[in-house]
Amino acid sequence: MSETLRKMSFEAIVIGGGGAGMRAALQLTESGLKTACITKVFPTRSHTVSAQGGITCAIASHDPNDDWRWHMYDTVKGSDYIGDQDAIEYMCSVGPQAVFELDHMGLPFSRFENGRIYQRPFGGQSKEFGEGGQAARTCAAADRTGHALLHALYQGNLKGGTTFLNEWYAVDLVENDDGDVVGVVAICIETGETVYIEAKATVLATGGAGRIYQSTTNAHINTGDGIGMALRMGLPAQDMEMWQFHPTGIAGAGTLVTEGCRGEGGYLINKDGERFMERYAPNAKDLAGRDVVARSMVMEILEGRGCGEKGDHVFLKLDHLGEEVLESRLPGICELSRTFAHADPVVEPIPVVPTCHYMMGGLPTNIGGQVLYPESESESRVVEGLYACGEVACVSVHGANRLGGNSLLDLVVFGRACGLQIEKSMSEGFESKAATQANLDKAMARLHKLNSSEGGESISAVREELQKIMQLYFGVFREGESMQKGLQLLRDLKSKIDNLHLRDKSGAFNTDRIEALELQNLFEVAFATAVAAEERKESRGAHARNDFTERDDENWLKHSIYYPQDERVGKRDVNFKPATLDAFPPKVRTY
Amino acid sequence: MVRAVTSFGRSGLYDWLMQRVSAVVLTLYTVFIVAYILANPQLTYAQWSGLFDITAMRIFSLMALLSLGAHVWIGLWSVSTDYIKPMGIRFVFQLLTGAAMFAYTVWGIQLLWGL
Amino acid sequence: MLNVSVYRYHPEQDQKPYMQDFQVDTGGKDLMVLDVLFLLKEQDSTLTFRRSCREGVCGSDGMSINGVNGLACITPLSDCVKNGKLVLRPLPALPVIRDLVIDMDQFYQNYERIKPFLQNDKPAPAIERLQSPEERAKLDGLYECILCACCSTACPSFWWNPDKFVGPSGLLQAYRFLADSRDTATEERLAELDDPFSVFRCHGIMNCVNVCPKGLNPTKAIGHIRNMLLSRGT
Repeated sequence: MSETLRKMSFEAIVIGGGGAGMRAALQLTESGLKTACITKVFPTRSHTVSAQGGITCAIASHDPNDDWRWHMYDTVKGSDYIGDQDAIEYMCSVGPQAVFELDHMGLPFSRFENGRIYQRPFGGQSKEFGEGGQAARTCAAADRTGHALLHALYQGNLKGGTTFLNEWYAVDLVENDDGDVVGVVAICIETGETVYIEAKATVLATGGAGRIYQSTTNAHINTGDGIGMALRMGLPAQDMEMWQFHPTGIAGAGTLVTEGCRGEGGYLINKDGERFMERYAPNAKDLAGRDVVARSMVMEILEGRGCGEKGDHVFLKLDHLGEEVLESRLPGICELSRTFAHADPVVEPIPVVPTCHYMMGGLPTNIGGQVLYPESESESRVVEGLYACGEVACVSVHGANRLGGNSLLDLVVFGRACGLQIEKSMSEGFESKAATQANLDKAMARLHKLNSSEGGESISAVREELQKIMQLYFGVFREGESMQKGLQLLRDLKSKIDNLHLRDKSGAFNTDRIEALELQNLFEVAFATAVAAEERKESRGAHARNDFTERDDENWLKHSIYYPQDERVGKRDVNFKPATLDAFPPKVRTY
Repeated sequence: MVRAVTSFGRSGLYDWLMQRVSAVVLTLYTVFIVAYILANPQLTYAQWSGLFDITAMRIFSLMALLSLGAHVWIGLWSVSTDYIKPMGIRFVFQLLTGAAMFAYTVWGIQLLWGL
Repeated sequence: MLNVSVYRYHPEQDQKPYMQDFQVDTGGKDLMVLDVLFLLKEQDSTLTFRRSCREGVCGSDGMSINGVNGLACITPLSDCVKNGKLVLRPLPALPVIRDLVIDMDQFYQNYERIKPFLQNDKPAPAIERLQSPEERAKLDGLYECILCACCSTACPSFWWNPDKFVGPSGLLQAYRFLADSRDTATEERLAELDDPFSVFRCHGIMNCVNVCPKGLNPTKAIGHIRNMLLSRGT
């Protein structure tokens, strides 16, 4: 089927209005390029708003001698050595500038007495390359840093005059005859109109996909739209097996309780009241890497020391910090806990359980955010016209496990870098071939199929099934046989995904249609996760296997690359060549 | 900044302050008059007329009268901008209110000073 | 079983809005109103509402819940259901796009009108602009606004003059920048607000304070703005 779509033209478009997208949009707008930010929710409703604890960065406020190289060391170690060291070096060294820019934009950071930005300790932070004890490097605005950051960025964009297409949903990327990306087909949700938004540079800043799991800290909108679009275009995704389970999601509700609680002095206890992290991580204790803490919690629960009637969670104890500290440093947590756990942290502990939180994997990119197509373990080519930043991208600064506070830094540093790279490309006169009708028809195919569905599967039922499979077979602990079973169930589910029934065919604000499109993206992400997880036969970072309990540097000190055409997993070299210092070699990772 | 050419002082702050100051004057005046009547249960016309022969009382009354004019004008202008949406009707209402308040004020002055 | 009555309107199909009744099995649990909406959407996938974070920080799901504006995701049934009945309507005062989804353009325009961004006429230093904890404390209770529009749409002054009265949410943000020690545009900001509508249409009835899901106090912020205008004007 062929139809003429209305066309809107920009030099650059950013898909996603969260932290990364708005930072990129701001950079592009300031550079004078005709830019639009396309976002499926009003920008301040993006998931960045839920980030709590802070943005980790060596701004040397808490400790005047702090050094970005220490931050880099922590991040490399946290990544279990499959973070790319050139990218981590870039993030940690450019970070302070990006954070100061946020302050100048108006972000209301909390403050120390001397007027500088308040920093709190977070998990996995050290001084002197792990030798100098716990560092306090996470810049915070109480426990609402993400909210403050997202609003500051939106405000910065209002000041700069960025064009926003609010409540527009990107359906699929448009690829020209050369294989370059030349924009996106998008739906104006309010009217239902489908439009081709043409651009020489398309930035994916679509965030994560935590909704592939049943229990997640992620917003309903985190459906991996960017990954889905890229995979459908045939582009590979990297390290998709690496999913972070945040140690402290509120049991039952899944809402996040910041690591900052433990940074401020809170700790986890089992049903005997024992501070069990002392056994698993004698030095860092509750501030070990998130993967380590999450696994320790699950071990406690599996060994019968969980709390509550069913023994299915542990407690986060905060009451000893006192009401004043809690109300000034962690006011949002007190509010969330009272609402969702019916527990007042001032007097009683919060029931918590490891909950899906963050996708370390994503589309492989270089430091400038250009999406890469890895052609062999050591060689990649740039996908022209396509960029990615934030959670959807895998630069990779988080490797197999992200440190708390590094995601917000990732957003602003690489959102900015993306903008700078596009500015450079455009000034060098980058041009791409216009899309043909055939190119557009291809991008419209999925939407057409859905719009003409006469019967089939219920969207909410299939989504629930998908989430159950992922929760059951690809959780905190994984095992080959059960993953194969999960993978088979996903293969069976594929036919249902291809046969969704869109009941509501109308135009205006049709959330039924959007949810169906989102579900297909969730499935793409889930399937890539499952294939990659089954393939990586070792335990590293967040990927913990009962049948391969050790890290295998000989075979797997590599990125995994999921190629969607043949559902195959390849490997890609990790970068060990930072520009200004020697690489940190892999060591045994203990806290 | 919203332009409003028909408001009393054409400044939000001025109108707001005037509304409060006039309210204070009207309160004091009301309290005084009520107290005076209660204190003089057998009030005669001569007594009442004598009260208004005192210059201070006339000034006080004039203040109250002007306050009433301003207060009503600001208040009804607000009401008209809230509830009357058609521009023509609203303008006529504001015109009538203004005219009425002007008439009452002039009439009041005439009564007080008996010109 | 919970009886739920929901405002329905589809611009392409309905001449006028109507209330539709549903019965929902809550399993005896004290669900949040948003969870109930998900159950309804399973029954009827055409039911339309906004949602995102489901934890009260994104501000998507503001609606009128048994007559009181609030966020569906953090309003438990035990707080709002009376006589076993739940009535859900879109936030009042703004045009309805479909079902519980309103057109928030006017609300956002009012936000933009107060220039909600930091303005400082001095060149930025190489590090952050210093601010004492006391100066920073002045922003507490202001910066937390999530732009859900519960307050402004509960305000009669906003109902009557949505294009002229900034409304509680916008004014809270206006004061957030007036109170920021890093902002130097105080005079320009105040000059923009000194008309009979922008600020002074607030009559202090405090509906905004009553409904704010974040426990903020726009009336108090408006009072601060008025005092700043007063000390500037006298």
